[in-house]
Amino acid sequence: MEPLERYRPIIDDFDAFLEACERPLGNAVRINTIKASVERTLEALDQEAVGYEQADWNPRVLRLETDSPGSTWTSFHGFTHGQEEVSAVPPVVLDPQPGERVWDCCAAPGGKATQIAALMDDEGTVVANDSNLGRISALRFNAERLGATSLAVTNEDARNYSLQRFSFDEFDRTLVDAPCSCEGTIRKNPDALEDWSEDHLASVSGIQKGILRRAIQATREGGTVVYSTCTFAPEENEAVVQHALEEENCRVVDFDLDLEYAPGLTEWEGDEYDSSLEKAARIYPHHNDTGGFFVAKLEVTA
Amino acid sequence: MGDETESELEQNDGQRFDRLPSTPDERTVEGRVSREEVLEYFEDRFGIPRDTFDDHTFWEKGAGKIWIYAGEAPTPVKIESIGMTCLRTRQEHWKPTTDFVQRFGKYADECVIELEREEARKFAAGEDQDIERWEGDWGYLIAAHEVGAGPAGRPDEDGEAVEGGDLEPLGVGLYLHGELRSLVPKGRRRDL
Repeated sequence: MEPLERYRPIIDDFDAFLEACERPLGNAVRINTIKASVERTLEALDQEAVGYEQADWNPRVLRLETDSPGSTWTSFHGFTHGQEEVSAVPPVVLDPQPGERVWDCCAAPGGKATQIAALMDDEGTVVANDSNLGRISALRFNAERLGATSLAVTNEDARNYSLQRFSFDEFDRTLVDAPCSCEGTIRKNPDALEDWSEDHLASVSGIQKGILRRAIQATREGGTVVYSTCTFAPEENEAVVQHALEEENCRVVDFDLDLEYAPGLTEWEGDEYDSSLEKAARIYPHHNDTGGFFVAKLEVTA
Repeated sequence: MGDETESELEQNDGQRFDRLPSTPDERTVEGRVSREEVLEYFEDRFGIPRDTFDDHTFWEKGAGKIWIYAGEAPTPVKIESIGMTCLRTRQEHWKPTTDFVQRFGKYADECVIELEREEARKFAAGEDQDIERWEGDWGYLIAAHEVGAGPAGRPDEDGEAVEGGDLEPLGVGLYLHGELRSLVPKGRRRDL
């Protein structure tokens, strides 16, 4: 937990935060409405006598009372998909609509990409990309298991992504769920902080900046780009969005989210960020008893 | 088309996705099936109405591996995957995939075998079992069971997933000589 000490000045009730980080997380699943309605899924779980608690902010997210969420009929049928509660936040903020063209540029293993397809009623085009060929098979497996027919998978570096292979040249919306130092996943993965170093932060933030810039360029004017990470580091969050504000045509916009969270930072270790970064969300583990996440919503401007 | 023209057709290219021609007459690649034949197969074998697929296109990558896709793409396209695999052609008996059947099998009303709870459990675990009561065609069947609420008990707000029959498809089985073989792929099997 040592690397987290640097956030003591910015996190309210820091001791509660540290305590939450030490508690393991339960099993959360998302209901895949491509395959079944919320009501039918709940009924199927009732039949199996699997207990659940529905998230207040999203009726499609459940906390399951079982040690093996994969060994349920709802999982076998693809009615449910194991996905951490806060990991379901970015697609909801992205708010994709049926028929749109949407890019998930760091998509593997596909929890968010299939959630995007479900939010679009599986109508439209979801381009799920990942740079890592090894993770592409997990992405494809999940897409097929969950019955997403609107999803196309590509294997490229998102930083210099070309749309040449498609019959269109820009997206309506893009999700950048960037590779990050994963501090927020400590409750799921106690080793998450093992490789932590300031040098590591600096190198991933460079990659994040490149991906977010390309995402904004590939999205139409008036379109939406959501930037998210599962880490607390301002170098990987606000600083990356700040860089995009300086280099690309975009602005930070508000969004509604029925979860408790802290606003984005406008200052960190001597660096100042645009005041609009307050519209971003910092979700801490002690807020809603979840993992940690950062989410910012951008609108592409002229 | 006669045999002479057949030999002038192009060969299948396994590195890319090609959209299926609408009808056999428009075929330019040797051995490739048409959209028309795919729709006919799903309708004839399983009673799935053709208009189920009005918003989908069908593609081939690799000989006889057919994919179903709802999005936009030019043909041909070099890409990792497009929608989901749905059907194996270029063999004596065409075979739908487990994932396709789980997604679209609810629209079927023929060659669907209803399994009891314990039978469904064995099927999901990949086990073969003797089932004497089937009086329909032999060959590839959709295995299904009841799960959750029937259609009357389901509200309509959550989109198309609430439509269809009251059985939920488990996957594809091969029925021969009184035995139902589970064809659920290894990675999809579960002990329930």
